[in-house]
Amino acid sequence: MRRFVLIAIPYVWLLALFLVPFAIVLKIALSDAAVARPPYFPQFDWAEGIAAFIAELDFENFVWLTEDDLYWKAYLSSLKIAVISTFFTLLAGYPIAYGMARAPEEWRPTLMMLVILPFWTSFLIRVYAWMGILSNEGFLNQFLMWIGVISEPLTILNTNSAVYIGIVYTYLPFMILPVYSALERLDGSLIEAAEDLGCSRLTAFWLVTIPLSKTGIIAGSFLVFIPVLGEFVIPSLLGGSDTLMIGKVLWEEFFSNRDWPVASAVAVVLLLLLVIPIVLFQRNQQKQQEAEQ
Amino acid sequence: MNRMSWFNAVSLTLGFAFLYIPMVILVIFSFNESKLVTVWAGFSTKWYGELMQNEAFLNAAWVTIKVAVFSSTMATVLGTIAAYVLVRGGRFMGRTLFSGMIYAPLVMPEVITGLSLLLLFIGIGLDRGVFTIVLAHTTFSMCYVSVVVSSRLVTFDRSLEEAALDLGCSPAEAFRLVTLPIIAPAVISGWLLAFTLSLDDLVIASFTSGPSATTLPIKIFSAVRLGVSPEINALSTIMISIVTVGVITASLVTKHQVARQKREEQAAERA
Repeated sequence: MRRFVLIAIPYVWLLALFLVPFAIVLKIALSDAAVARPPYFPQFDWAEGIAAFIAELDFENFVWLTEDDLYWKAYLSSLKIAVISTFFTLLAGYPIAYGMARAPEEWRPTLMMLVILPFWTSFLIRVYAWMGILSNEGFLNQFLMWIGVISEPLTILNTNSAVYIGIVYTYLPFMILPVYSALERLDGSLIEAAEDLGCSRLTAFWLVTIPLSKTGIIAGSFLVFIPVLGEFVIPSLLGGSDTLMIGKVLWEEFFSNRDWPVASAVAVVLLLLLVIPIVLFQRNQQKQQEAEQ
Repeated sequence: MNRMSWFNAVSLTLGFAFLYIPMVILVIFSFNESKLVTVWAGFSTKWYGELMQNEAFLNAAWVTIKVAVFSSTMATVLGTIAAYVLVRGGRFMGRTLFSGMIYAPLVMPEVITGLSLLLLFIGIGLDRGVFTIVLAHTTFSMCYVSVVVSSRLVTFDRSLEEAALDLGCSPAEAFRLVTLPIIAPAVISGWLLAFTLSLDDLVIASFTSGPSATTLPIKIFSAVRLGVSPEINALSTIMISIVTVGVITASLVTKHQVARQKREEQAAERA
C-alpha cells in the first residue's frame, strides 16, 4: 500500500502535468481553427466521446504548414542553424576539453569550475552580454577599427552570424564537459604506443584520440543540437527579422497571431523532428554506460 | 604528462577568454557613468541606485524568488521520490512510461513545454499567476532532480539499507536514518539545480504567467528587447556575483569534504 502511494505521487503528477498537456496540444493541433477562436478556448468536452473526435479529425493545420512556405523555411533554417552551430561548438569546444584533459592534475578542478560557472549563470544575461559587443558601435567593431582591420563598422547584431556566435557561446559548456570526460579517461600510453609505432603526432591524434573520444563528441553534439533546434531566446535577441527559427515562429504564432491550432501543429512537427536525434542520443548514452561497466 | 604544450596553453587561454570576456565587459560597464553602454565616461554606481528604486524590478525579483523557492522544494521532494521509485521500486505497471516521462522533459524544447502547460491551465480554467508558474517549474525541474538523485542511488550499497531493516528499522526509518543521509549531497545539488533552473527560466514562465505575476527574466527580456541599458548591466552584475560566490563556496566545500573523506579512509586503513 505504501509502495503504491510512493509510486502514485510522482506518477500522477507527471501524467497530469506532462502527458495530459501534450495530449491537449495534439488535440488542438488536429482541431479546426474555429474551435479555438482566440483568445478563448472552450472547456474540454470529453462527453463528446472519441467517436465524435475521430469523425471531426482532419489534418488541415498540418496541410497549412506544408502550404505556407514560412513554416517549411523555418524548419529547414532551424535545422541548418542547429547543424552548423553544433559543428562550430565542437570546433571551439574540443581544443578546450583537450587542453583541460592534458593540464596538470591539480589544475583540473579549477578549470572544471571555470567551465561550470557560466553554466549556472543566467542564460538570458549571457545572451544579453553579446548585444553590447556585436552592435554597430559595440566593442567588437570598436576593437577591429582600433587595430585597423576595418574602417567601417560591420553589421553583426541582428544577423544570422550573431545567432551563431550566441549559440556557440551559450552552449559551449554542454560540449566541453562530455568531451572532457571522454578525453580524461583516455589512456595516454595508447598515444605513446602509436607514436612509437611511427605515427606522427597529428596522425596519432586523428587515429587514436578522436576515435576514443567519439562517445563524448556524440553526446556533446546532441546536447547542443537538440535544444538549439527549438531555441527561442537567441534568435529573438541576437537575430534579425530574417532569422527564421521554429521556436520563434511558434512563439509569434501563439502570442502575436493568437493562432493556437497552428502553434500546436508547429509544436507537434518540431517534436517529430526531435524524435530521431533523441533516440540516437539515448542509444549513445546506453552504449557509453555499458562500456563503463 | 605534466608539461603543457603551447597548443594546449593557447587553446585554454583563448577558450576561457571567449567564455569570460563578455561577462567581464558587462560587469565593467555596469559602473559606467554614461547612459551609453559602449562608451566609458567615468566610474559611477548610480545605476545600482536606480535599480534599487525601480519597483517593477524589485517586485519581479521577489516573485521570482518566491517561485524558485516553492518550485525547487516541491521538485526536490517529488524528484527524490521518483528517483527512489525508479531505482528501488522494482517492477510495476507502467514503469517504462514513468521513466519516459522523467527523461522526456529534459530534452523537450521549452516552447513546447510552455505551450502545452498553458493549454492545460486554460482548459481546466485555472487563473494564471504565481501558482501556475510554480506548477510548471516543479514539473520540469523534478525531472532534473530525479536524474541527479538516481545517479547517486544507483552507486550506493544496498546492503546498508538491508542491515538497518534487519536490525529492526521500519522501511520509513531506514530511509530517514540510512538512505537520506547518504544521498543528501545529491538531494542538495538537485535542489540547487532546480532553484537555478527556475530563476533562469524565461520561456516557460512567459507561457504560464498571467498579468498578475511577472518574473525577473520576463522583465529583463522585455527591457532588453529595446536594446542595452546600464540598469540591466547592474542587475546582471548582481546576479553574476551571487552565482560566482555560490559556485566557489560549493566547490570549496566539496574539496574540503573529499579531503576529509580521504583522511578518514586512510585512518580506517591504518586502524
